[in-house]
Amino acid sequence: MTFTTARPDPDPADAEATHDLAVELRSVSRGFGDVKALDDLTLTAPAHAITVLLGPNGAGKTTAIRMITGALNPDSGSVRVFGLDPGVEGEQVRRRCGVVSAKPALYDRLSGWDNLGYAAELYGLGRGDAAGRAIRESAARFGIEAALDQQVGGYSTGMKTRLALARSVMHGPELLLFDEPTSGLDPESSHAVLELIREMADTGSTVVMCTHLLLEAEGLAERVVILDGGTDLIAGSPGDLTGRFWPHLVVRLDAEDPADLDRVAGMEGVVGYERDDRGLEASGSGAGGATVQLDDLARVPEVVFALAAAGVRVTRVEPHVPSLEDLYFAVRDGREAFSEQGRGTSREVAA
Amino acid sequence: MNWGRVRTVARTDLRQLLLARDFWMPMGILGAIFFFVVPTILLLAITKVGDINAVQQLSNALEVLPQQAQEAIQGDTPAGRASYAMAVYLFAPVAVVVPLTISTAVGAATIVGERERGTGEFLAHSPADVKEIYLGKLIASLVPGYLTTLVGFGVYSLVVNLIVGPEVGGWFFPTKQWWILMLWVVPPFLALTLSLVLRLSARVKSTAAAQQASGLVTLPLIMVAYSQSTGALFGAGSASIWIGTVAWIIAILGLTRGMRAVTRARLLGVADGI
Repeated sequence: MTFTTARPDPDPADAEATHDLAVELRSVSRGFGDVKALDDLTLTAPAHAITVLLGPNGAGKTTAIRMITGALNPDSGSVRVFGLDPGVEGEQVRRRCGVVSAKPALYDRLSGWDNLGYAAELYGLGRGDAAGRAIRESAARFGIEAALDQQVGGYSTGMKTRLALARSVMHGPELLLFDEPTSGLDPESSHAVLELIREMADTGSTVVMCTHLLLEAEGLAERVVILDGGTDLIAGSPGDLTGRFWPHLVVRLDAEDPADLDRVAGMEGVVGYERDDRGLEASGSGAGGATVQLDDLARVPEVVFALAAAGVRVTRVEPHVPSLEDLYFAVRDGREAFSEQGRGTSREVAA
Repeated sequence: MNWGRVRTVARTDLRQLLLARDFWMPMGILGAIFFFVVPTILLLAITKVGDINAVQQLSNALEVLPQQAQEAIQGDTPAGRASYAMAVYLFAPVAVVVPLTISTAVGAATIVGERERGTGEFLAHSPADVKEIYLGKLIASLVPGYLTTLVGFGVYSLVVNLIVGPEVGGWFFPTKQWWILMLWVVPPFLALTLSLVLRLSARVKSTAAAQQASGLVTLPLIMVAYSQSTGALFGAGSASIWIGTVAWIIAILGLTRGMRAVTRARLLGVADGI
């Protein structure tokens, strides 16, 4: 028996069916010379939720963000943000957005205060007391109020990211667009930044975040869009997507002689079985293992008991919750497999 | 057009320039050399020199000037006439070279600099219209050059009046033609040059390339501005008014076309051809 994955159905329970959409990109394409940055990209982000765009470098994540604010216009397709076309009503859209790009995009010669003051004026907060209050509050929120008088050129990378985050939220945007906001940060600072993003989403903001770091998206994303080659491969909530790819309980079994585990394939309640050497490689103990899909959690003791009764020396039993990483690679592998067979685009695979 | 945002962009760019000592120090030195050091040395040499022959030869050389210009020269002595002519007619290039050099240096880096520093991303995502960004940057490029020139002009007036004034019967500078030159002829030449420089800055890949290309483009313009400025000083009042008017028309056309050069894609550095 081979391990098989269930392909996801067309997204009936997709978030966009039940939420207001803050962002809608429909069949958007955009090229730069001979390079196609976006290729028929369809992407939606529900309001008041965190949507994570996952993909490798060059997948089109940054270009998608630039389309959302109207910084770039599509060659074809349509973009709507809060129902507005950023290409036509760009100013209204951009006023409602806060953006943090992969590089903090700060003016090194200016102080932190002047950087925030510049943004305050461009975003219509003016130069008066109200702007000063907004600057102080946003700086305090990200813990950099003490450094506001210092020249930004002397800030650490983490401080610059915090200042860029403070700048992005100062005018009270409804939509926050973060393009790899933890780029270049140490793990501690990354964690703090992700916590802050979560807090902002908790206060009702809509967040669209790009990353190629799967661990970063784990636990943060309420909706995931996986991109590659400028195209969306799959979209939905992490739970829905992993449920669609792995509809059954997945258990990892290792044994001293992995071949002994093959008898599991014929047991009642086992709907998928695949033996591999991952355990062997990981432990270096001589043990190998298999990934087993069961129809119910209650089957686990039965399977282990049956194996023990048959004299199989089981060294590990571990229920496996598929992560975004599993999902990402499953989607990528699926795409590659279909590409090799010439059976259409990745989105057809995903759907 | 939101003029508040234009002012904001201009003010922020100017503040950065003020903080960039490595930029304004050489520019200040340039202005000091042209408006103070060179005129002071030359005028002192003429008025205080003991070699009468040399001054006489210089005075004779004034005969090459147009009749109208010759008639306007004041002073009873050869030294007085030579120094008057030198102060009024021969330093026109000072008023042109300094502002064009400084503003070209600022303007060349202004848009490509945003791109290189990554701050173009911030501007591209901001609510500011690209025309507002363009005008803000134009003003920020124009002000340092023109301000240096105005301050230098004040210093130059003082130098001229203190050194040459006693030779010609009192303070005489600025003359009417110099006022017209400074307030009506120089600004449009500056604007015209910047319209080209900002277009280059929006299109090239690096600040170094922008500086080089701007140098090539502005050199002929400096020569034209030099000759027209000198002509404005030599000619009658109406000639300088006409020169300024034509320069303004060309400058406005240049600025209008130049406005299209700044796009969000260029601020991001992803436009085709960058």
